[in-house]
Amino acid sequence: MIPTAFEYRRAGSVAEALSLLQEGGPEAKLLAGGHSLIPMMKQRLAEPGLLIDIGGLDELRGIQEDGGEIAIGAAMTHAEIAASDVLRAQAPIVAETAANIGDAQVRNRGTIGGSLAHADPGADLPAVMVALDATIALLGPNGERKVQAEDFFQDILTVDLAEDEIVTGVCFQACRSAAYAKLEQRASKFALVGVAAALSLDGGTCSSARVAVTGASSHAQRLSGVEGALAGASLPGGAADAASGAGDALDFVNEDLHGSEEYRRAMTAVFARRAIEAAAGRS
Amino acid sequence: MSEPVPITINVNGRKRSAMVEARLLLVHFLRESLNLTGTHVGCDTSQCGACTVLLDGRSTKSCTVFAVQADGSEVQTIEGLADGDELHPLQDGFWEEHGLQCGYCTPGMIMSAVNLLEDNPAPSEAEIREGISGNICRCTGYQHIVNAIQHAAERMAQS
Repeated sequence: MIPTAFEYRRAGSVAEALSLLQEGGPEAKLLAGGHSLIPMMKQRLAEPGLLIDIGGLDELRGIQEDGGEIAIGAAMTHAEIAASDVLRAQAPIVAETAANIGDAQVRNRGTIGGSLAHADPGADLPAVMVALDATIALLGPNGERKVQAEDFFQDILTVDLAEDEIVTGVCFQACRSAAYAKLEQRASKFALVGVAAALSLDGGTCSSARVAVTGASSHAQRLSGVEGALAGASLPGGAADAASGAGDALDFVNEDLHGSEEYRRAMTAVFARRAIEAAAGRS
Repeated sequence: MSEPVPITINVNGRKRSAMVEARLLLVHFLRESLNLTGTHVGCDTSQCGACTVLLDGRSTKSCTVFAVQADGSEVQTIEGLADGDELHPLQDGFWEEHGLQCGYCTPGMIMSAVNLLEDNPAPSEAEIREGISGNICRCTGYQHIVNAIQHAAERMAQS
């Protein structure tokens, strides 16, 4: 359980981290909380030659709200996100989801930027970011690039992030009527199936919705059939009908010792319903 | 091959400097370089929490942090918890409520509980169980550990 040897550099700024990334080329990896990368290095599934520590950079920290838009720095830990008054009031789905990632020690170290860039198929925050239609901010040698969350997550552990780019943060519109529900793997708390629903409500009627799933498939993705069925639906009564086909509509579904494909498809519909009901109950 | 890196970490109130390989994990620095063997290695896969220490005041699995990442930080281990001969209320609670059998998980369990009670001085039983969910005990069934943490919370509230 000893990783291969590597060179460690602590970046003093994002600019320095970018130049170190270029210098290191494919051998270089960014390190913040390290709670995905270090376990992989200990198993020698990852053997970077250069680790660039960006965990303590002030430029990547902070949670700001400005005119209804909320921005979270990439190096904010799950514990900090869970404790944020701004998020609890204006986007409670984000604070609640962060509060239920892993365990206390994992939340004290793991960061939102790391979770999104790593894109574990069972990670919670990717689905929440897709449902909130979040924008992921990236910085590379040619400047800033912004990617919508639904385009960022591409496949298992695969995101739209070049080797020489850094995730600097995420931003999204404040949204109270959104909720996340997951069937968790009891030991790791990773999602076997997790569904995030963000609703636009007019009284008890849903005018539009964004619903995204994680855990069930290779990567976080929208459940467009559920979104379509929710338009004009009366809630919470109509949640079960709208969610009923959620699992069957997925192209690819994970299967492992924690849950068969059939089980995950069935649970996708169940947890889609629960997320929609919770979101509707919040307005 | 990488060059050794100079680090200085404040461990239990004492500055400790060393030249370390970048891949040296914090838990190995504590145990092997500083001989602070109260911090245990259980699973070595970030799951069991036996290696939990406080890193800048927050409970952290020291098997999942490189010592170089803690350069310039403060670390508190189980050895730094008592005030001379006087046990910390959590240590006392584990003693009074029989919060251990084999004791292997105990240092990590206590360090997690320190962080828990700092964030939430009067936790419910459910909050205690959630708060120590990153620490695995194979002996006790957790009930006496929960009692021990409640005991400590009550004592700390009185003082």
